[in-house]
Amino acid sequence: MSERRTIFPGWRLPLLLLAPQLLLTALFFLWPAAGAIEASLMRGDPFGLSARFVGLDNFTELFTDPLYLAAVGRTLLFCGAVSLLSLGLALVLAVLADSAIRGRAFYRTALIWPYAVAPVIAAVVWILLLHPQIGALPPLLSRLGIVWDYRLDGTQAMITVILASAWKQVSYNFIFFLAGLQSIPAAIVEAARMDGAGPLRRFWTILFPLLAPTTGFLVTVNIAYSAFETFGTIEALTQGGPAQATQTLVVKVYRDGVVNLDLGASSAQSVVLMAGVMLLTLLQFRLLRRRGDAI
Amino acid sequence: MNRRHLLAGAAALTAAAALPAAFAAPARAQDRPVVTFWHAMSGPLGEEVKKVCDAFNAAQSAVTVAPVFKGTYGETMTAAIAAFRAGQAPHLVQVFEVGTGSMLGAGPAVRQVWQLAQETGIAFDPAAYMPAVRSYYSLPDGSMAAMPFNSSTPVMWLNADLFERAGLDPAAPPATWQEVAAAADALKTKASAKVAMTTAWPTWVMMENFGALHDLPYATKANGFEGLDAELVFNAPPYVAQIQRLLDMAKAGTFTYGGRGAAGDQIFPVGETGLSFNSSAVRAAFSRDAKFRFAAALLPYDPSVRASPNNSIIGGASLWTMTAPRRTPAEYKAVADFLKFISQPDSDARWSKATGYVPVTLAGAGLSLAQGYYARTPGADIAIRQLNRGAVTENSKGLRLGRLPEIRTIIEEEFEAALQGRQGAQAALDSAVARGNKVLREFEKSMRG
Amino acid sequence: MTGGRGLLVHAMLALGAALFLLPVWLVFCAATQDVGAINRGEIALLPRRDGLSIFGDVLFGSGPAGADRPVWPMLALSFAMALAIAAGKIVVSVLSAYAVAFFRFPLRMVCFWVIFATLMLPVEVRIIPTFEVVAGLGLINSFGGLVVPLLASATATLLFRQAFLAVPDELMEAARMDGAGPWRFLTDILIPTSAANIAALFVILFVYGWNQYLWPLLVATHPAQETIVVGIVKMIGTESATEWNRVMAAAMLALLPPVLVVLAMQRWFVKGLTDGEK
Repeated sequence: MSERRTIFPGWRLPLLLLAPQLLLTALFFLWPAAGAIEASLMRGDPFGLSARFVGLDNFTELFTDPLYLAAVGRTLLFCGAVSLLSLGLALVLAVLADSAIRGRAFYRTALIWPYAVAPVIAAVVWILLLHPQIGALPPLLSRLGIVWDYRLDGTQAMITVILASAWKQVSYNFIFFLAGLQSIPAAIVEAARMDGAGPLRRFWTILFPLLAPTTGFLVTVNIAYSAFETFGTIEALTQGGPAQATQTLVVKVYRDGVVNLDLGASSAQSVVLMAGVMLLTLLQFRLLRRRGDAI
Repeated sequence: MNRRHLLAGAAALTAAAALPAAFAAPARAQDRPVVTFWHAMSGPLGEEVKKVCDAFNAAQSAVTVAPVFKGTYGETMTAAIAAFRAGQAPHLVQVFEVGTGSMLGAGPAVRQVWQLAQETGIAFDPAAYMPAVRSYYSLPDGSMAAMPFNSSTPVMWLNADLFERAGLDPAAPPATWQEVAAAADALKTKASAKVAMTTAWPTWVMMENFGALHDLPYATKANGFEGLDAELVFNAPPYVAQIQRLLDMAKAGTFTYGGRGAAGDQIFPVGETGLSFNSSAVRAAFSRDAKFRFAAALLPYDPSVRASPNNSIIGGASLWTMTAPRRTPAEYKAVADFLKFISQPDSDARWSKATGYVPVTLAGAGLSLAQGYYARTPGADIAIRQLNRGAVTENSKGLRLGRLPEIRTIIEEEFEAALQGRQGAQAALDSAVARGNKVLREFEKSMRG
Repeated sequence: MTGGRGLLVHAMLALGAALFLLPVWLVFCAATQDVGAINRGEIALLPRRDGLSIFGDVLFGSGPAGADRPVWPMLALSFAMALAIAAGKIVVSVLSAYAVAFFRFPLRMVCFWVIFATLMLPVEVRIIPTFEVVAGLGLINSFGGLVVPLLASATATLLFRQAFLAVPDELMEAARMDGAGPWRFLTDILIPTSAANIAALFVILFVYGWNQYLWPLLVATHPAQETIVVGIVKMIGTESATEWNRVMAAAMLALLPPVLVVLAMQRWFVKGLTDGEK
């Protein structure tokens, strides 16, 4: 991990600066997280009337459940696909919208503001488009010989939730790629152009490396997004089905916690997820550090 | 536990003081104590809940009942539980029928209706409520635990236009599953219906109600009414045959799976579906949206399983009274008054007519009949007739199983895997029973602390 | 730029824009249809002119069904909440990122890790413990309860830290030569150079706050504390006759404030560019 060479002296001011964030973190994350850890070691009714310490029972049950283990693999696939799709599309669009063409302000606005579409409405839109009976797309697909029914075809269901989840995230990535591209001094790009580098070469040798901090940040955010914030979309479209084809880990936490009210199991899953997040970030930092990128 | 109580106490103390002026509830005309009522009724149904509360508020001057929408049934229940744990439970909460098992295990968190009656002296006569409705929310000894509120039951909806095109008589709908299969075939071949038959709420309709209609046990211990140690038994041959029938029909293209829960709703109003199994309460929506003639019919049965069908079981929700620190007897009395009010025949009948739910009291149904409602709205009485078919038995009074929503999902998952051709009907139900029993054992353990 | 390539760029951007505009256009058209159109599976590609009045009706008139009041107070509350969340998060994150990037102090990396590694789980999956904490602080049913628990943001801190790490050392050395202390460096140099990032983040956070659903639903229990998203979900029912045209109209109205924020903030994106070229 790279560090700044120049720094300010002293330690009181920085701690003061950090205080609000640390306080918020302690109150609204560490404390509830401790609660989750406590609950993950207990078995009790949802009302909190009776609770008994059961040690690691909840965890043992989790890891001996083949359905949970299958969900782990499925989640990895889902996160990879969503992140790749939304990052790739956003990067292409951002590079294009950053080029000196007429009407770019219009394109930028057109690509940013759909981010504001509320998740609930996004789900309705996707149902309107993809519903096997009332959707707009299935008739077109059937002309191509594709029988579209994501409620019974597990693969199609997965494609549906990946598309819907990636779609929602493209605008987000676009905004940051655009901001990243704009902070690259135009002089550097101009110099490369003078040297006769073509647009693709310019992109891979100059823009992409210079975007590395933005990309690194976005990869983290996109993995977190696809892993944790997609349950609303999945819940609205497939409820994790058919069978369990689209049941990702966070859908399961949400269902066990908020729908099934099994706080012990749901807390154990939360704890596993927290550990997963920490591991993932550690891994990512390691990787990026080895590559020598400034993260 | 102690920490939680301390936290709850502190919360109750500071909650009132913490309300910033701009955010505080707007001043009411009268300074009456407020009874909070959390519900899950969205859209036009939410309007009707508000009307019921307004009527109560106008009819007496002691308290104001304030209805608050708290999301889906699941979210409402979670919100109520979270609030209870923080010592801020609402006075009343609407809980879906499948949450009944969990609420009964809530001990001091709730005041069951019979306890409320005892404490406040306001009596509720169980005999006033429709047997199939009341039984779902009663203890084995017959005393009521929750107040029936919005109840529906699945019925068979048919598209009359498509029926006629298929050479079928919509006035003589198929009564048995054999006739349904034949009708679906005709709908597909003769009327070229895009969807011959579909269903909303697959588990509720095709499993839970199938069991009730044919007097088949769903679980041991009287479907769970007589003990937490009940075991699921819905992998018995008649259930397997029913699932097999659906699988066969799906293969033949006469049954289209519409998805879990209410998802099947999305298909029928399009007008390309011949038969749809759905809640009786969707009548209002269908009337508004459908541009074709449609009708409701009794759920079909299988004469090879039982010569004549029994009553169907209900869906919907009931009202639970919740407790909180420092809640006064006067507040409980106000709650009881409100529950009494909504059980009055005129209130019940009005609610039923406005929403499409069945009246929960016999007098309410009688009043609707006397007012000529069922004569004016043919088919609106199908649900009531069906709920009163036969005599309520151990197998048709409902299900008393913990974490039933989860079990429903498990059945739907296994059914989906069977529809995909990955397993047979028997294997699907065996697997659902095994997974469901595991959930029941977990629930049992959690209740015993 | 040569004509052919320019055309290609335009075509791809237009396609990308269409990919995002079209669904929203469908929502707009659906809002103007009659009440049962969506349930019948009718997808309109053009709005109906006589259906346009629905927007006024939802905004100021009888409002959406189930809400029995116009949506503008919900919009106002959502706006206040989103603004407070976005502004609060930016202030908190800029300060902490500044501390982590520009100072060395004991436990610096521990602090950073605590902030970073712990804030990834969304509030939804740890909702009951969080609710208990907020209730314990007496924040249920208050504006503070709506906003404060959502203020801590690891992503914003991470972003600012990275932006700050990329600030050339020379810039800081020059500032120190001029005798600028840490505060002046932050306000006069660091924040202006990070304008594009702050603007981007403001957009993101505003929309994040605006679209919150489960938390406001849980923490606020009075109808007057209903945000627009809660209001919209309330109009959609599972067992009721959803008035989809009104839902869609409310959804379109709910889109306006975030879009205005995007438009307003876009100026700062551009400014970030011109600053970068200096």
